[in-house]
Amino acid sequence: MNLKRFFAVFKARNIEFFRDKSSLSWNLAFPILLLVGFSFIFSGDGRSAYKVGMVVKAAQSENKYSDGDLTKTRFIDFIHYESLDEAKKKLSRHTIDLVIDSQHQQYWVNEQSAKSYLVERIFSVQLDGYSRLETYGKKIRYIDWVLPGILGMNMMFSCLFGVGYVIVRYRKNAVLKRLKATPLSAFEFVSAQLLSRLFIVMFMSTVVYSGCNLLFDFFMLGSYVDLFIIGMLGAFCLISLGLLVASRSKSEELIGGLLNMTSWPMMMLSGVWFSLEGAPPALKAFADFLPLTHLVAGARKVITEGASLNDISYHVNILMIMSIVFLSLGAYFFSWNTER
Amino acid sequence: MSIAIRVENLVKQYKDVTAVDNISFTVEKGHCFGLLGPNGAGKTTTIEIMEGIITPTSGKILYQGKQVDASISQQIGIQFQHTALQDFLTVKETLNLFSSFYQYTLEQESLIELCDLGDFLNRDNRLLSGGQRQRLLLALALINDPEIIFLDEPTTGLDPHARRNFWQLIKNIKARNKTIVLTTHYMDEAEQLCDDIVIMDQGVIIESGTPHQLLSKHFGDVFIYLPKTQVPAGLITEHSWQIHGERIEITTTNVEQTLTLLMANNVPLDGLHVKSANLDDLFLHLTGHSLREDK
Repeated sequence: MNLKRFFAVFKARNIEFFRDKSSLSWNLAFPILLLVGFSFIFSGDGRSAYKVGMVVKAAQSENKYSDGDLTKTRFIDFIHYESLDEAKKKLSRHTIDLVIDSQHQQYWVNEQSAKSYLVERIFSVQLDGYSRLETYGKKIRYIDWVLPGILGMNMMFSCLFGVGYVIVRYRKNAVLKRLKATPLSAFEFVSAQLLSRLFIVMFMSTVVYSGCNLLFDFFMLGSYVDLFIIGMLGAFCLISLGLLVASRSKSEELIGGLLNMTSWPMMMLSGVWFSLEGAPPALKAFADFLPLTHLVAGARKVITEGASLNDISYHVNILMIMSIVFLSLGAYFFSWNTER
Repeated sequence: MSIAIRVENLVKQYKDVTAVDNISFTVEKGHCFGLLGPNGAGKTTTIEIMEGIITPTSGKILYQGKQVDASISQQIGIQFQHTALQDFLTVKETLNLFSSFYQYTLEQESLIELCDLGDFLNRDNRLLSGGQRQRLLLALALINDPEIIFLDEPTTGLDPHARRNFWQLIKNIKARNKTIVLTTHYMDEAEQLCDDIVIMDQGVIIESGTPHQLLSKHFGDVFIYLPKTQVPAGLITEHSWQIHGERIEITTTNVEQTLTLLMANNVPLDGLHVKSANLDDLFLHLTGHSLREDK
C-alpha cells in the first residue's frame, strides 16, 4: 500500500463530500428533523396532568387514611404504590413527578425534574409539615430510546448509498477507468473510499449527536468512548456491505434497487423504531443477520443500561465477523470497469 | 528511427462481435501515429488494449521489445475519449491528486504552462468549458512525463477554435520528442498532426502509411470547381465534366493546362475553387462510405 496515493484519494473524496452542500445539508438535516419530529410527537402524555405516587401499605385502607383535599386536585393523577422503592424508582425515571408517603409524613421530589418541582409548588400548602426528601435521575424518554436507532439508520443510509452509489457513478462515468490507468491499486482506492466514508459518517454522527444533545439533553448511562467504538464498528460493517453491493455494477438504476433491497429490511427489522423483544423468533433470527440490528442494540445498551464493550461483546463480535466477510467478498468481486 | 510499440496479430472478440480482427502495426519513437476510422471501426478497443485497460483475446503488444505489464502505467500517459473528473475538486486539486499516483512527475508550473491551464487553475471541474476540460485531461496524461501518450479522440465535441488550440498543444508535445498515439475521425486533424496513419474499418486495417504517401498512391488528380452558369454546356459535354448541384467538378492531373483551356474558351474564373484529394476522399475511395458516417 502506497500511503501517498491512499491519502490523496482519501482527501479528494472528503473534499468532494464536504463541498457538496446539498448532500451535506441533507446528511445533517435528516436525523435532526427526525429527532425533532419524534420529540414533538412523543412529548408528554397528551394531557396536562401530573402524576403523583401515593405510598399506601397493603393493610392500609384508603378509607381509614385520608389525604384530604390533596387527591381531589384536578388534572393530577394519583397512583398508589405499595413499595416505596418502586415509587422512588419511577420518580427517578420521571415516570411520576412526586412521591408522597402520608403515613410517615414524607415526600420525595426529583431534583432533575421540572415537573417534580412544579407539583411540589402546587402542593406546598398541603405538604406543610412533611419532611422533604430528594431523589435524582434523568428520564429515559422515547427520544432517548429511539436516538441510537435514528443515528444508526442515518449511518446506514450514508454508508450504503454514500459508498455504493459513488462507486457505481465513478464506474459509469469512467472515473474508475481513468484511475485504473494510473499506478493506483484497487486496494488503495477501496481502502481510501472506505476510510473516507468512515471518517465522514463518524464526523457527521458526532456533530448531529452533540448538536442534538444541546437541544434534548440525551440520557447516557454508559461511556461515550464505548458508544463511539460500537458506532465505528457498525459503520465499518455497513460500508463494507456497500462496497460489496457496488463491487461490479455499472448501472445506477440497478444499484438503487440493490441498495434499497439491502436498507429497507434493516430500517424495518433492526429495532430502529420499536423493540424486537416481543417479535416472533423467526423474525428475531432474521434480524440477527442484519448489521444495523447489532449496531443499534449495542449502542442502545451503552446508552440506556450503561453497558461496557465487554457486556455487548456479542454485537461487537458479530459486526467484526460480518465486516470481514463483506470486505473479502467485495475485494474478490471488485471490478474497475465491467467490460462490454 | 527505433520502434516504440509493436502490435502483433491483435484480436478482440466480444461475444458475437469481432471488434479487432488480427491487426499488426508498429509505432515509431517520436512519431505521432494516427488510428483513423469511423465510429465502431475498432480504434478505441485497439488503443485501450495498447494501454493495458482491456485484455486482448489474442495477440501481443511490445513496448520497446518488451511485453506490457503493470509497470507500464508509470511510463505512459492516457487521455480517454469519455472521462468524468471528480466533482467539486478544482483543476489544481485534480493535478495534485494525479501527481500523487506517480513516482516521477513533471514540475506543475511547466505542466500548467504547457497545457495553458493558468487561467482556470482554481475553477471547479464542473465549471470547465469543453476546451478547458480537454486541456486538463491532456495535462493529466502528461503528468508523469511519459514517453508514450495515448489520445483517444481528444478534440471530439470541441469548437473549431478550441480544436486548433488543442492541435498546437499536441504539436508542442511532439516537439519534445514524445511518441503520440492518436485516434480520430477528423481527417484534417490527422493531416495536421500525424506522421503515420493506419486506417481501420470494421476491425481490420485497410491502409497504412504516411498521409502524403497514401494520397499520392491513390490520387494523382486535383479537383477544380466552378459555378455551373459560367461554363458553356457544350464544353461540359465535350470534356464529360461532372455537375454537382450548382457547380461543375473538373478532375484533372494538370491544373495549368485545364485553366488555360477555360481561359481560351472565355470562361470567367470568378468563384473558382481548386482542391487536392484529402483523407476524407481517400477513405471514401477505399471503403465506398464516408469516414464520419455511422453505420
